Amino acid sequence: MSTELPLRRLVLRLTLVVVAMFGFGFALVPIYDVMCQAFGINGKTAGAYTGAQTADAAREVRVQFLATNAAGMDWEFGPQADQLSVHPGASTEIRFVAYNPTDKPMTAQAIPSVSPAKAAAYFHKTECFCFTQQVLQPGERIEMPVRFIVDRDLPADVRHLTLAYTLFDITPRQPPVATLSATAAKESLQ
Amino acid sequence: MSAVIDDHGHAGHDHHHGPAKGLSRWLLTTNHKDIGSMYLWFSFAAFLLGGSMAMVIRAELFQPGLQIVQPEFFNQMTTMHGLIMVFGAVMPAFVGLANWMIPLMIGAPDMALPRVNNFSFWLLPAAFGLLVSTLFMEGGGPNFGWTFYAPLSTTYAPESVTFFIFAIHLMGISSIMGAINVIATILNLRAPGMTLMKMPLFVWTWLITAFLLIAVMPVLAGVVTMMLMDIHFGTSFFSAAGGGDPVLFQHVFWFFGHPEVYIMILPAFGAVSSIIPAFSRKPLFGYTSMVYATGAIAFLSFIVWSHHMFTVGIPLVGELFFMYATMLIAVPTGVKVFNWVSTMWRGSLSFEAPMLFAVAFVILFTIGGFSGLMLAIAPADFQYHDTYFVVAHFHYVLVPGAIFGIFASAYYWLPKWTGHMYDETLAKLHFWMSFVGMNLAFFPMHFVGLAGMPRRIPDYNMMFANFNMVSSVGAFMFGATQLLFLFIVIKCIRGGPAAPAKPWDGAEGLEWSVPSPAPYHTFQTPPDMSEVHEHRKGTGGELTP
Ligand code: HEM
Ligand SMILES: [Cu+2]
Repeated sequence: MSTELPLRRLVLRLTLVVVAMFGFGFALVPIYDVMCQAFGINGKTAGAYTGAQTADAAREVRVQFLATNAAGMDWEFGPQADQLSVHPGASTEIRFVAYNPTDKPMTAQAIPSVSPAKAAAYFHKTECFCFTQQVLQPGERIEMPVRFIVDRDLPADVRHLTLAYTLFDITPRQPPVATLSATAAKESLQ
Repeated sequence: MSAVIDDHGHAGHDHHHGPAKGLSRWLLTTNHKDIGSMYLWFSFAAFLLGGSMAMVIRAELFQPGLQIVQPEFFNQMTTMHGLIMVFGAVMPAFVGLANWMIPLMIGAPDMALPRVNNFSFWLLPAAFGLLVSTLFMEGGGPNFGWTFYAPLSTTYAPESVTFFIFAIHLMGISSIMGAINVIATILNLRAPGMTLMKMPLFVWTWLITAFLLIAVMPVLAGVVTMMLMDIHFGTSFFSAAGGGDPVLFQHVFWFFGHPEVYIMILPAFGAVSSIIPAFSRKPLFGYTSMVYATGAIAFLSFIVWSHHMFTVGIPLVGELFFMYATMLIAVPTGVKVFNWVSTMWRGSLSFEAPMLFAVAFVILFTIGGFSGLMLAIAPADFQYHDTYFVVAHFHYVLVPGAIFGIFASAYYWLPKWTGHMYDETLAKLHFWMSFVGMNLAFFPMHFVGLAGMPRRIPDYNMMFANFNMVSSVGAFMFGATQLLFLFIVIKCIRGGPAAPAKPWDGAEGLEWSVPSPAPYHTFQTPPDMSEVHEHRKGTGGELTP
């Protein structure tokens, strides 16, 4: 029994464990993001891709586009084509159209997701309206480009993938006026 | 050893007289027995409150169609029932048992941190006062399920969610302080010669539970803090619109949640491991394997959380990993069940109330383990998830598991606490009514669940009507019977045949070496356990009177 820690030291150590575990709870947030991007969990895609690849003309993949409005979002929102056939490695552009039918200026944020989830890590966006937020005046309509590359290493059994966007109304969080300047500073969102 | 006692005998000034008089005895007490009793009473009050909410739920589900309450209120009832039973009834009951019994079992004069002990108890009424008060607020109380998944609990939550968050913070602090206290007591205050491997299993399981608590309660505190920030400070941990992810909530929650279910069952394992040998008049079979099995369960409980999330879309390797890891838990659990049965094998059994509850525990908990294994099969879980089958599973592990473990403990130690024997006839009646009621209530849920009845919905398809009516009748029976338990306990406190120091002839352990009722202060001088033989392992030894 002579090996036991004095009470004060023991309690201190246990308290440190508590504090560390509280921190661990928060550390799960970045860990989760990294895991999602590494393994495409939840169809999460990474931020802007800067690499370049050569097209693999021997292979074709069908990419389908979906646009959904989150609850309470009134914009009209959709892709200009429902689907495209692309060669892995080639850079392709597709445009999405958004229209604000309401009588007030609004800010929106689009969140992308790729299915099947295991393909998400092989879907690179070099340019995307989802990297920034969109502000539309009443009645305004815009075309928003997405430029993407399907990685040449895409697993062979994936012949068809879906890029889905959900459009959220974030006007209460980012009032349109403030956003104009904030948009430029905006970086981290994918 | 003695150095520790000298340093921290700061309750020393009142060591030689009895309890203070009146209300201040309870408000300011640092005595582990007083605090233990307060925890147990608090827990019983919460059990009745959470139970009456269950009665509302079962009354609504007695027949299909909306009968008695509005769906909004129904949701508040399911949510509050779960929260109150988990955090208000089961957890405090075990802390109460720990307070009363751990010092008596290891020969310590009190808990290591008596003032902290008082504070952890008094946080609870504050936390639950706050939680229950939300029911009377505008917009109602929490209605998002006891698992409070975001965004139901953030974007779509009632205004009162902030109070809910604060209540969770308070009860989390309370459990963490309680757990630190238990660890400090067990590691520092054991009587000389009471080696770790001589401790009764209740002490062992509580030691491991306490480590689980300090590991996961802070994560729970973290997740509600993130909710608070999302709701009030514009962060987007769980909001997709701001780059967050609602599924993240489920990961963080279940990282806490799965160990939490073991927090609710391990102490019951420990108590049953004392009770079954006592009424089998044989030492516990496989003491050492029990200790290691408990450790293994605790370790595995950290790597299985996603079995609650098979349907959210995790990669195939993830499904497989969490499926096999979950099934692995059945191995140490099986070791335990095997040991309990082997302890009874060829014992001279007698079936007083504690033993009845303990035997029912072994059988019915095992049924819950089996439905758990079915749920662990990832592809099958796609059908079972969010149906009444899950409700049946966790009520089989929690009611005849955790709650019967608490009843068994209460009857086993009531003579020590009160100095009187309880009324055995009434206690047996309590057991049989609980046993029949509980099985009537929860067994049919397996069937309606497999047939597809979703959980947490106030209405259901006509085809489930008969089974639901049976469930409700069983639930009313179980609920009403608990008033009988209250009566039995009060009767036992007020009188009854005087209990000897050791009322159960087969019982072992230091707690039976002090008179009944246990004096206000015990083991002021630690007993010497070094002479206790190895074959007495895990019995906590026995001092010849
Ligand atoms: C062999 C042991 C066990 C296994 C394999 C197991 C497995 C599972 C699985 C796979 C689920 C998720 C079902 C779903 O939502 O689709 C589940 C739910 C649950 N289990 Fe277990 N379990 C076991 C033991 C326990 C124990 C000992 C407890 C508590 C004392 C427990 C309490 C719960 C609770 C409360 C839920 C439901 C949580 C909720 O969604 O509200 N389980 N179990
Ligand atoms: Cu679990």
